Amino acid sequence: MAETIGFLQPKQSVIARRREIVADLADLLPEACLISDERGLKPFETDAFIAYRRMPLAVALPETTEQVAAVLKYCSRYGVPVVPRGAGTSLSGGAIPQEDAVVIGLSKMSRILDIDLFNRTATVQAGVTNLNISEAVSPDGFFYAPDPSSQLACTIGGNIGMNSGGAHCLKYGVTTNNLLGVKMVLHDGTVVELGGKALDAAGYDLLGLVCGSEGQLGIVTEATVRLIAKPEGARPVLFGFASSEAAGACVADVIGSGIIPVAMEFMDKPAIEICEAFAHAGYPLDVEALLIVEVEGSEQEMDAMLASIVAVARRHGVATIKECQSAMEAAAIWKGRKSAFGATGRIADYICMDGTVPLGQLSHVLRRTGEIVASYGLRVANVFHAGDGNMHPLILYNINDPEDAARAEAAGNDILKLCVDAGGCLTGEHGVGIEKRDLMLHQYTQADLDQQMAARAAFDPQWILNPSKVFPLEGRPAA
Amino acid sequence: MIVHFEPASEEGIATVVRAMAADRASLAVIGGNTRAGLGNPVRADRVLSTRRLSGIVSYNPAEMTMTALSGTPMREIDEALAENRQMLAFEPMDHRPIFASSGEPTIGGVFAGNISGPRRYVAGAARDSLLGVRFVNGRGEAIKAGGRVMKNVTGLDLVKLIAGSHGTLGILTEVTFRVLPVPPTALTVVVSGLNDAEAAAVMAEAMAQTTEVSGAAHLPESVRGQFIDRQLPDGAATVLRLEGLEASVALRADKLEKALARFGAVARLDATRSSRLWAEIRDVKPYADGTKRPLWRVSVAPSLGHQLVAALRLQTGVDAFYDWQGGLVWLRMEADPEVELVRRYIKVLGGGHATLVRADDSYRTAIPAFEPQPLAVAQLSERVRAMFDPHRIFNPGRMAAIS
Repeated sequence: MAETIGFLQPKQSVIARRREIVADLADLLPEACLISDERGLKPFETDAFIAYRRMPLAVALPETTEQVAAVLKYCSRYGVPVVPRGAGTSLSGGAIPQEDAVVIGLSKMSRILDIDLFNRTATVQAGVTNLNISEAVSPDGFFYAPDPSSQLACTIGGNIGMNSGGAHCLKYGVTTNNLLGVKMVLHDGTVVELGGKALDAAGYDLLGLVCGSEGQLGIVTEATVRLIAKPEGARPVLFGFASSEAAGACVADVIGSGIIPVAMEFMDKPAIEICEAFAHAGYPLDVEALLIVEVEGSEQEMDAMLASIVAVARRHGVATIKECQSAMEAAAIWKGRKSAFGATGRIADYICMDGTVPLGQLSHVLRRTGEIVASYGLRVANVFHAGDGNMHPLILYNINDPEDAARAEAAGNDILKLCVDAGGCLTGEHGVGIEKRDLMLHQYTQADLDQQMAARAAFDPQWILNPSKVFPLEGRPAA
Repeated sequence: MIVHFEPASEEGIATVVRAMAADRASLAVIGGNTRAGLGNPVRADRVLSTRRLSGIVSYNPAEMTMTALSGTPMREIDEALAENRQMLAFEPMDHRPIFASSGEPTIGGVFAGNISGPRRYVAGAARDSLLGVRFVNGRGEAIKAGGRVMKNVTGLDLVKLIAGSHGTLGILTEVTFRVLPVPPTALTVVVSGLNDAEAAAVMAEAMAQTTEVSGAAHLPESVRGQFIDRQLPDGAATVLRLEGLEASVALRADKLEKALARFGAVARLDATRSSRLWAEIRDVKPYADGTKRPLWRVSVAPSLGHQLVAALRLQTGVDAFYDWQGGLVWLRMEADPEVELVRRYIKVLGGGHATLVRADDSYRTAIPAFEPQPLAVAQLSERVRAMFDPHRIFNPGRMAAIS
């Protein structure tokens, strides 16, 4: 397709020295930890934002923090750009490399280092998957709360890079609210520890700044995260509505009435059909919009909370209420929701938007989203975290038709601007990456971005860390 | 304190800052000045107060967010929230009792200090509720960071960085934060007669239950009598708060009591007494005695709090009580010098930090209030600071001694 998103010009001086750089990296890493042949590099040319791809110069897969430090120190010394990578599940192109860049992948650093149930913390290497943490502590009755849909594959390092959320963060918060500490390698190879097992740390909240910095401030190699006691029970309930507006208004009213369920997920008709065909979760097919509302606690607590939610839903003319009768049904309901992106990918190419809007704007933004996408002659499926206003319109298109792809991108941009204009933001949990980079000035002034870039420069004065991402290529400080 | 500038607008503040930058002059930044004792003493050429930058800009209870100018008094915020049965989830402490200060604390001061109380364990710190800010940086530019929605990963999270920076990175002009419904009811389960180590184990056990304990503190016998007019049962009190719907709280209390009965005598405090108790824990009542005796606030892993106190007791007289499951220790010692002892033992035990919250002026001048950081982190922090305030205008010396 025709690319509308630009990258920085690769440094020819670096590319010209490719052979030398690879040889030098080979001295710093075990043989199995360096990839430089074309076939080996191919899997690293993109992430889950597949419309864009670039071959990296080399891929380093270090096994230790010291190796990460050695590679970074080397790259810093010779001005070689570095692109950190976890599992490569970024939906915004956060892990897409360039011809002059060394990818540092953390996949080999996948050990759980310490589980401390007294303090309810887990310390893990950055390449441990999100789900691995919960699985490791599940027998003891705990879990790690943020649960992005890609949790089977995505790594905690990547989660920290993007400050990932998930369906259950309405109650438990996103990555930054569950992260206690990191070990991290700075641009010049210095290793620092931020935070720890205490609930707060001395000095500036650098940990808070690092979380969600999209690999631009350093490379996290270890993380200490909070564990939470698993609730006694959890029960997802399906609420079907005759219109998206009614469902959106119901969400705002549930929250407004003081009830905070653990999750409130929204699907419109196209999304329901796609997910049901894939997961056979028992979603009602005769409604225009579906809410999956999950409550947790003891049976009595869940009953009490659900009664209040049902009362609100009835005021909004709910058409169908379906309580699941077994753990298997509950699992199927969540499987359908969490495989929404993958299931959509089976029927069409799509780009996934990620704007967040104030709850009172949900109905308006949903309606306008439909109008915008229709005006480009495309289709949209909406499936998102309604409780916190984090929308995920999936714009369906054909990646092999350049005009279709350009229309999809343009529609996406219009939707994100709509979110910002409604008082929201460009991205709630997927990150800016390259995808939303050029829209940043719609949300921030140049002075706002200059201050962010100044903070960035305090960590990476040469701009070698993931340099094509987050900040518009125009208006950057002179190197 | 003589206040030189009281701008009533963000632009007014920016103008003052630009003038200071031009004159190479420094500014002490205050809100209600009730927490002036926090951090190192500031020596600045001029004083700026945000007091006149006051008022709730927008409050939408259904969206659970509020935007207020930074100089808005906490009383005004709390009253507006109470009218809608909402609250700040992070329970910010009022520092007036321990500092014997007067005046009105401001919402800007709460976020500048990242002031967080007992519910911090389950509801996060002030920084976790802060969604967006406006501030004036050291170049006199008005900067926006974050927004007004719960989930927002658009760009670098300067909001977290500004929270807890004690006015050294910029002057907050506006804050947008999340609010939560006030739980319909609450009660506190008291386990009596435990020593500090036993209490730590009981608190860990309680927090690992599915009962959603929203406060876990241990009040040793030496301080117990200072709380709720001596209405706590005899012996050291390990207190566990439950909040929520009436029926649910009752069920969880039964469950918790069953799980903890084997550790000691168990009693309950009703909603009224519970509410008062936690406000007193939050505001460190036992040490709000009108003196300037050194008071330390230690933050460590919950398992280490009582170990630290036990280690210190081998060396000197110590009085302490615990919040945050034992990880937050309010501490008074009789050592001299105290600082060396407490900070050395924290390191030996595995890390954390000690803040000198209160002391007389000579002690405060001599001792860094905040735990000195490892060199690489300190240098990084200084580079960050310089990127916000290149001319060293704001609160010079507040967080770190000027090198």
